[in-house]
Amino acid sequence: MTDLVPISLTVNGERVSAQVLPRLNLADFLREQLGLTGTHVGCEHGVCGACTVRVNGDTVRACLLLAVQAENASVQTIEGLSDSGEVSDLQAAFRARNALQCGYCTPGMLMAAQDILIHEPQADREQIREHLSGNYCRCTGYHAIVDAVQATARARSEQTR
Amino acid sequence: MKASAFSYTRASSVVDALELLARHGDQAKVLSGGQSLMPALNLRLSAPELLVDIGAIAELRGVAVENGVLRIGALTRHVDVLRSAEIAKHAPLLTDAIAHVAHPAIRNRGTFGGSLAHADPASELPACVLALDAVLLVRSKNGERRIRAVEFFTGIYETLLSPEELLIAVEIPVAKPNAVHFFHEYSRRKGDYAIVGLAASAIRDGDVLENLRLGYFAVGDKPMLATASEHLTGRPVTASMLADAQTALDAELDPQEDQQASAGMRRYLARQLMARCVSTLLDRQDLATRALV
Repeated sequence: MTDLVPISLTVNGERVSAQVLPRLNLADFLREQLGLTGTHVGCEHGVCGACTVRVNGDTVRACLLLAVQAENASVQTIEGLSDSGEVSDLQAAFRARNALQCGYCTPGMLMAAQDILIHEPQADREQIREHLSGNYCRCTGYHAIVDAVQATARARSEQTR
Repeated sequence: MKASAFSYTRASSVVDALELLARHGDQAKVLSGGQSLMPALNLRLSAPELLVDIGAIAELRGVAVENGVLRIGALTRHVDVLRSAEIAKHAPLLTDAIAHVAHPAIRNRGTFGGSLAHADPASELPACVLALDAVLLVRSKNGERRIRAVEFFTGIYETLLSPEELLIAVEIPVAKPNAVHFFHEYSRRKGDYAIVGLAASAIRDGDVLENLRLGYFAVGDKPMLATASEHLTGRPVTASMLADAQTALDAELDPQEDQQASAGMRRYLARQLMARCVSTLLDRQDLATRALV
């Protein structure tokens, strides 16, 4: 009854097939079976946002999704966004503004920040704060993170002008 | 924590899902968006033997308007509700409310029907469907039944749904041209569950409210349609009418104390929400300060 289930999905552009237990969540699948440890596991009940990944283009909590639910999905993790250079300016802004200390929340924070930068490139500080409200950071007090996201938004809008 | 072991099956259609639920009864749990079920599994508050994943059933998704009724499929995601032009036009209360449901990454997975079937007394949507006088369409292998929202919720995480039944869709009468609505909740962090919240709808005729429906949440073991609204309809609201309504509200509330708020604080916030609501619905600034009683 609780046998392994075959799944097939795309992770950071690569086709992946695996056998998983139904109870395995996507975050643990990415970390333990694929070695993609950039997706962090914090609270494991959807509160902290450290496990934020993209599934079919939408940000989701990887701890609140079973690996079996990701059948045929396209998953992008922080490794994918980092390797492709999609968030390199955002990462540089995080570094420049001390928007991270311990770094535990940073992958999820980058995923959530990139999501608002894509969908609401003109977002103001209040909208940025609201969009990141589901991501806990216990080091920075958030101010520097909002600074970094806003600076990236401005830089990107100047580039496209 | 990690979820305990369970089996998993993906339902290919509503008929298939109902067959599975009929066979497995209360050993099975329906998985839709999973944004409430997965935390419960991970915390081992729930340990079903089988998850029936309905996530791929396309016929349960989508929003439609027909014959004066807005129909929202149970699997419609919160983000789709938020972006729906039809919902914004015909049930704008939901558009306002859904922005308070959790966070973007949760709204990308969580579903309208899932939230109702889960019936967390502190969640927004159950109170909204009370305020909107919605009807919930429920199906089992043996047939379909329609349940009024006001009867659907029976307790903490409890509804009239039996283990063999699936919530199919929600039907909401489209808002009349002179309909008005109000939504507000107090919470510690944007997107958290409410300490106290109010979803309200009414018909406004000049400075008079009719058919005022006050759906309170996080004030008890289930969302509550406050009968105190009867003090506020039929004639222009005065300060003394509002005071009577607040007294009546206080009498029908039975809020619990928890780590977020005392029962007394919840009573105070509920009265304050009533004043804010009436003041907003009627554009009457003079009524907004009447909470301080």
